[in-house]
Amino acid sequence: MSILVNKDSKILVQGLTGATGSFHAKQCAEYGTQIVAGVTPGKGGITHNGVPVFNTVADAVEATGANVSLIFVPPPFAADAVMECAAAAVPLAVCITEGIPAIDEVRIRLVLEGSATRMIGPNCPGIITPGECKVGIMPGYIHKPGRVGVVSRSGTLTYEAVWQLSERGIGQSTCIGIGGDPVIGTNFVDALGLFLADDDTDAVVMIGEIGGSAEEEAAAFYTASGSKKPIAGFVAGATAPPGKRMGHAGAIIAGGKGTADEKKKAFRAAGIGVAESPADMGVTMARMMVEAGLIDASAVDT
Amino acid sequence: MKIHEYQAKQILASYGVPTLRNTVVTTADEAEAAARDLGGGLVVVKAQVHAGGRGKGGGVKLAHSPEEARQVADEILGMQLVTHQTGPEGVLVRMVMVEEGCKIARELYAGIALDRAQGMPVLMACAEGGVEIEEIAARDPDAIKKAAFDPDRGLRPFQATALAFELGLEGNTVRKAAAMFVALAKAYVEKDASLAEINPMVITEDGDVIALDAKIDFDDNGLYRNKDVAAMADASEEDPLEARAKALDLAYIALDGEVGCMVNGAGLAMSTMDVIQVHGGSPANFLDVGGGATLEKVTEAFRIILEDPKVKAILVNIFGGIMRCDVIAEGVVAAARDLGLSVPLVVRLEGTNVEQGRKILAESGIALTVASDMTDAAKKVVAAAKGN
Repeated sequence: MSILVNKDSKILVQGLTGATGSFHAKQCAEYGTQIVAGVTPGKGGITHNGVPVFNTVADAVEATGANVSLIFVPPPFAADAVMECAAAAVPLAVCITEGIPAIDEVRIRLVLEGSATRMIGPNCPGIITPGECKVGIMPGYIHKPGRVGVVSRSGTLTYEAVWQLSERGIGQSTCIGIGGDPVIGTNFVDALGLFLADDDTDAVVMIGEIGGSAEEEAAAFYTASGSKKPIAGFVAGATAPPGKRMGHAGAIIAGGKGTADEKKKAFRAAGIGVAESPADMGVTMARMMVEAGLIDASAVDT
Repeated sequence: MKIHEYQAKQILASYGVPTLRNTVVTTADEAEAAARDLGGGLVVVKAQVHAGGRGKGGGVKLAHSPEEARQVADEILGMQLVTHQTGPEGVLVRMVMVEEGCKIARELYAGIALDRAQGMPVLMACAEGGVEIEEIAARDPDAIKKAAFDPDRGLRPFQATALAFELGLEGNTVRKAAAMFVALAKAYVEKDASLAEINPMVITEDGDVIALDAKIDFDDNGLYRNKDVAAMADASEEDPLEARAKALDLAYIALDGEVGCMVNGAGLAMSTMDVIQVHGGSPANFLDVGGGATLEKVTEAFRIILEDPKVKAILVNIFGGIMRCDVIAEGVVAAARDLGLSVPLVVRLEGTNVEQGRKILAESGIALTVASDMTDAAKKVVAAAKGN
């Protein structure tokens, strides 16, 4: 098992016929993901790289039974694309698009509230259940099926963590990039809730960064859950200057709040193991898993 | 993106927010003429720089006559204004605003920012104005009255009125303050602001409610639909390398250290800075070349790092996802050939097309050190920067 996506997930791709959508849909299909439909308004009826294209999400869902949408729509139209998923009651919308205005993300949030749709992202690499289903832009080959959940605000840093785990022979149940924007669809608390409840996830790697208070909220949630699943954490941006937006729209220390130090402190207080260096994310998780009797000690020495 | 106070006031005025008459000038002569045009009485001369805390740094001065306006403008123009937001070297003051004075009865605070935990814009108001809201939040959080609002419905008049009453306003000023709150919220949403502040918002002895100072920061992601705002950018207020990177759509921030970094992805770029520090070095910059960078962009990014005189060694750290390692390798080779590599270069590549990337680097003949992982890369580049 896994969370949110698996081998039975049927993916429709909004923006399939664009350059980015084309490239990544193909990569996902090569990974073994069921790409069942594309949606590009005005191009309904054609077939693109062997995938049928529809004018609307509702048409695509009706014809193919798609239950996940992967979104590659440019920023000015991305909010509308997510809202279309909500209108068609698609259970999961994975929005890769970077550069959506924050106020549009607020609008998305308000539309999704009370709808049947969960969004992952935006401005994220997507979600992957290794060996089963890749819904996003992450390089598939670095992943390995297993029992560690990974959740992160950053794309490439997730790859780094996954790589460090796989190199040690530690596989992943599901890896979610929740996105680097200030208003996102699935936050740490949501993702952690799913991993802690998943019988096939033994431990979690949680990768945060400066800005906001999502890491502190996740730490409090973990404490309140009483869960014994070990969590290893990392927070990027210890050296980031205040008041500067570090690439991600949400990665900014504002008014002295949202520093890496505060977040690491919250992690430690909750019993989450903190990797001081990004190179130590894998080994930190491995040590905790050995201590919990989940894996053999050989994974630590690699 | 940041703008100047006078620009923020222009925007707010276009939403019906009352402001005082003012003129922006670049010479002392013009300041005197402006003060005369404003009636020859009391004026305030204010440095127009993007940094906050101008008053404490000596960038805001009263003048009781046009002659005095000339004198204080002469002092402020050309000064290196140092505030808590500028760093010790300060910023050069190139222009001042000459604004008519007013008789202040009360100072309040009004500001809007995105509340990330709630996922909604929130208007914050406080009966104490002229001080920084963070200071009040730390000292007396209950003094800040808040109202969240749906961007499409706007701040409702009843919410605005309730806030005005909570601040202890009475009579006509309740209606006027509420109108200002609603207008501020409308401007925030329509212009894609990330922060919009009126501080202080003053009530005059005549009972008028006026935006005495204003600050608006914008969400860069919204600039595509706010061309008028984008045109207000002042490149002279930005670090020249940062301005160039921005024009290329690269996320670059200049820092004080000696290790230049080129990384893909914001999180990896930030943690590359962190790991350099863990191993005793200090990053010269944050640079995220982004997910789908072209060869030209990578080349230009590398050029920006090479042109930074602080840089003593360079670390290229790439984990290819969308970004292909061969594109990075070609960009690094092209820039190094073009500019001549004057400092040691350490490269760590992993991910999509890593083999092709490594091959391009190996066959280029460029002197570089290959690192196997982040720790190895950080150790090697820190040693190189220290001349070892």
